[in-house]
Amino acid sequence: MIIADKKPIEEIIEAIKDYKKILILGCNECVTVCEAGGKKEVEILASALRMYFLNQSKDVKIDEKTLERQCDHEYLEEIRNTVENYDSILSLACGVGVQFTAEKYHSTPVFPGVNTCFLGATEERGVWVERCQACGKCILASTGGICPVSRCAKRILNGPCGGSSKGKCEINKDLACAWQLIIDRLKALGKLDEYEKITPIKDWSTDRAGGPRKVIREDVKQ
Amino acid sequence: MNIKTPSKLEKILASGQLAVTSECGPPRGTNAEEIIKKAKLIKDYVDAINITDNQTSVTRLCSLASCIHLKLMGLEPVLQMVTRDRNRIAIQSDILGAASFGINNILCLSGDHQCFGDCAKGQNVYDLDSMQLLQTVRYMRDEGKFLGGDDIKHPPKMFVGAAENPFADPFEIRAPRLAKKVAAGAEFIQTQCIYNLERFEQWMKLVRDRGLHEKVYILAGVTPLKSAGMAKYMKNKVPGMDVPDEIVKRMASKPKEKQPEEGINICIESIQRLKEIEGVRGFHVMAIEWEEKVPEIVQRAGLYPRPKE
Amino acid sequence: MRLEYPSNIKIIRIPCTGKLDIIHILRAFEKGADGVYAVGCLEGSCQFNNGNIRSRKRIEQAKKLLDTIGVGGERVAMYNLSSGEGTHFASYAKEMNEKIQKIGPNPIKLAKKRMAA
Repeated sequence: MIIADKKPIEEIIEAIKDYKKILILGCNECVTVCEAGGKKEVEILASALRMYFLNQSKDVKIDEKTLERQCDHEYLEEIRNTVENYDSILSLACGVGVQFTAEKYHSTPVFPGVNTCFLGATEERGVWVERCQACGKCILASTGGICPVSRCAKRILNGPCGGSSKGKCEINKDLACAWQLIIDRLKALGKLDEYEKITPIKDWSTDRAGGPRKVIREDVKQ
Repeated sequence: MNIKTPSKLEKILASGQLAVTSECGPPRGTNAEEIIKKAKLIKDYVDAINITDNQTSVTRLCSLASCIHLKLMGLEPVLQMVTRDRNRIAIQSDILGAASFGINNILCLSGDHQCFGDCAKGQNVYDLDSMQLLQTVRYMRDEGKFLGGDDIKHPPKMFVGAAENPFADPFEIRAPRLAKKVAAGAEFIQTQCIYNLERFEQWMKLVRDRGLHEKVYILAGVTPLKSAGMAKYMKNKVPGMDVPDEIVKRMASKPKEKQPEEGINICIESIQRLKEIEGVRGFHVMAIEWEEKVPEIVQRAGLYPRPKE
Repeated sequence: MRLEYPSNIKIIRIPCTGKLDIIHILRAFEKGADGVYAVGCLEGSCQFNNGNIRSRKRIEQAKKLLDTIGVGGERVAMYNLSSGEGTHFASYAKEMNEKIQKIGPNPIKLAKKRMAA
């Protein structure tokens, strides 16, 4: 899922302080699971902002709404009839949701309430870890199911680099060296000989390098 | 191994003589005199001089320009190139630029992560890794082509090297990793500083078992310790560095003013022992900000005078 | 025991302090409470293992949030006691009451009156 983290409330206040009718818009998908922008976070932020503005003697209306998703037209349509009641939207969805909301409601300013961080998994409650950088050309088949693009600080495809020490990365001794993990895994799979195959120079055009990406599926497209 | 480039370093290695290289770090400013001065100190005692490429990710005068300064002095530079800061366009372009000045040696590295340097908030590139850089230089030289497939008019003739750390983890892949670098195109290897000679000997045995010492020239890396403090720092703080306790103790057993001398002694003893190891074809003396000691080390280790070519 | 505690404290029972959420604390302040404190079991003796630890963490979070929005984090607190410690319950209530009396009324309550006027 997409992992996000709450923005500091001071930063949010700075962005929305001049608005009078604000809709805080949560998302029931990834950001709910990573506890950054679901219904619960919407409630807390709304309550805190209401108190903040009251304390400033400002009359600001703050409403709450959480959509099933903000990355699909059909769910965003749910606020079509109420959006005109607001002079701004504070979206707690990932960057995708914020933009999709903004695209749909042209004349309403939309502000982000979270920082979108990465594609990851829940290691334990309160700890989320990166596992994919969406490079667009998956190489997990040759790396024992462990991704050096997302898990090596240098995205090295023929690792480890000289900075790997006792299984940890040079940038942080709490961070596992992806190549140590790959080697351990290849060994467990009885495929350590595969380590000696040189991974060729990568085609990064399917990564960020190729510009904004698009997937088109003619078979399901309407 | 046949000679494939105009490199002086390659000629000396191919002749079977022990080669000696050293390295200098460029200044953090525009005064080329600093690198010229360092080079003058060591030039008669080494066959080639590596110029580091923004080492530890601290921004400095570029390796290529520094190499040009050395070349203009009639010296033999080794262009260190990290893949951290350049994409494949810049890499190929810099290789052509270097070759156009007659810089005939390149050391292919991935580079330290930028978080160690003065631009911790910057992006890294890593379009290629160090092995793919080796492949790139060899492809440009041997096939005479750019990565994109077009022909290069007057391809660069560079002698291609890589670094290897015999002490890094995991130990079991140290020899396979060297094999991979050789397969990618490495013709010479400069190793990480060696303090743990036993472990290095073990590694060399693994290297010989695979016959790799016949396929690549291995230059053993040595760095004289200046003080007991430096020994401890190298032991505890530098990733992938293996400094045995005896070395730290030996340094610490001397009074402070005698420690530099002891460091030089250890370095020379190491070279003597390393000379005996089959497959060691030379030395890479990295006297970090202590270039003035290189002549003494080279002389006392019996590596002087240097061959004319 | 017939212990007395300040009559201005309103007790809200929850099955475990682990049930307490930040939003409950915030809502109490929005509605005009001058202070909020949780009384949980002693740390290490939670029926549900770590409900009271969770509660403490949420109290800490609420403190930060209330400081940021100008309500004052010192208005929230966490106490721990065992079920047999009625005297502690009463003394914590007094302590909290005195502390809040000293800090004064919840600024949100005052702001609401000001805005209404």
